[in-house]
Amino acid sequence: MMDLAIYKRRKTKNIIGLFLSNFAMLLGIAALLSILFVLFYNGFAAIDFNFFVNSTPAAGSPNGGLANAIIGSLMIVGITTLLSTPAGILAGIYLSEYSGGNIFGSITRFISDIMLSAPSIVIGLFVYAVYVSKVRHYSGYAGAFALSLIAIPVILRTTENMLRLIPVQLREAAFALGAPKWKVSINIVLRAARNGVLTGLLLAIARVSGETAPLLFTALSNQYFTSSLNKPTANLPVVIYQFALSPYKNWISLAWGGALLITLTVLLLNIIARVFLKENKTA
Amino acid sequence: MKKNAIEIKNLDFFYGKSKALKNINLNIEEKKITAFIGPSGCGKSTLLRTLNRMYDLYPGQKAEGEINFYGKNILGAKIDLNLLRSEIGMVFQKPTPFPMSIYDNIAFGVRLYENLNKKMMDERVQWALHKAAIWDETKDKLNQSGLSLSGGQQQRLCIARGIAVKPKVLLMDEPTSALDPISTNKIEELTNELKRDYTIAIVTHNMQQAARISDYTAFMYLGELVEFGETKKMFLKPERKETENYITGRFG
Repeated sequence: MMDLAIYKRRKTKNIIGLFLSNFAMLLGIAALLSILFVLFYNGFAAIDFNFFVNSTPAAGSPNGGLANAIIGSLMIVGITTLLSTPAGILAGIYLSEYSGGNIFGSITRFISDIMLSAPSIVIGLFVYAVYVSKVRHYSGYAGAFALSLIAIPVILRTTENMLRLIPVQLREAAFALGAPKWKVSINIVLRAARNGVLTGLLLAIARVSGETAPLLFTALSNQYFTSSLNKPTANLPVVIYQFALSPYKNWISLAWGGALLITLTVLLLNIIARVFLKENKTA
Repeated sequence: MKKNAIEIKNLDFFYGKSKALKNINLNIEEKKITAFIGPSGCGKSTLLRTLNRMYDLYPGQKAEGEINFYGKNILGAKIDLNLLRSEIGMVFQKPTPFPMSIYDNIAFGVRLYENLNKKMMDERVQWALHKAAIWDETKDKLNQSGLSLSGGQQQRLCIARGIAVKPKVLLMDEPTSALDPISTNKIEELTNELKRDYTIAIVTHNMQQAARISDYTAFMYLGELVEFGETKKMFLKPERKETENYITGRFG
């Protein structure tokens, strides 16, 4: 005999559960949307032609833009990409194809995982201690170095994971033709996983392009435009940090514009990464 | 005059401590098809993978005994595995096209050991695709990804890739088990064609396939070679009771 009471009780519990989870979702989305709304509202108001061509204004002087910070950020993130891409991908290849579970590989993987979750301010302090304090001046290179330390573990782990997804049969097929191991790893396995690896790369760039703490102790900032990364270099996150805390109206407005610019860049990188990953799945 | 491409003597094989092949003695005749049959886990694939030392990729697997490939013991320490594998090709159960164009799938292996100019490479690619009976289906799309082909076409592409480097022996590990009957038929015809130039060793779960295409058949069971002989004789009048039981479907 079926007991309808059991069924009804389950149904009630189900309704309560559904309600709670939907409520939690709405709470999360509402917070996120309100942040985005405020950001877009204030950000777009700040972005005009001058925003892209003028350098950061001195304290108290009107107008100005973020040209020096935009260029500085592009240079720092560019150097970061150049440093961290080969290091991360080659280390990922080592872990997936060569380490074979040896102790050195396990230690590398463990340390990389710790680095992944290390507070970024610690990375900044580290670079300050080993580099900035020795050469006695802040520089864009130091900033790129710090960002690389954050990006490398991300690239390394995604590369390793993506390579591990490639079936062992594909490796065997290449070996069966008499291909040496490095050729199998680079020309076959890495190639088969290239979209996934590229995704990891883009996500790593997206991650570091918004990092502020590591740049505070390294690249610092610069009121003027500089093409030399050997000097303190203006960059979006630190400029936003400084300007947002200032009493000047035009500075605060520029900070909103910079924040919007970074958000849109990160959004774009994420969308591109998703497209690549999707292609990888269908291939 | 019969000539052996491969002579296996007193071969034992170990996965760690467990013995997967027990004292195998067998000759693979040149330019013939030798089929290996037997129930799952009998060691037939393992045996095939010793012939190009594919097992060497995995620590803990080892072979003892002798495998003479045209008189040279390939289990010896001084063997260059890459060179060996360029002479003993392999086709796997699942098609494994490389993530590159159809043309490059063929050219990849050739470029490893030969320096051909563009024209000669074009000819080689066409020759290999032609030999593997897939030229007509691919000649208009050599620049497309090898992954764009159907399963049966991919497998023939893999065979083309294997013969493009002109090996002496072609090992085939259940090459048709993932394919439909029409593709299977094409590959069986192909093996018949190929044995004019190549020595073929094929592992198959399909007894009819062994009977149809092979000259010699080896029946393996629990890591041992139970019976080995001419295919006709094996299927019409096997000497051992186990062979007869397996062939007639009474076990396995």
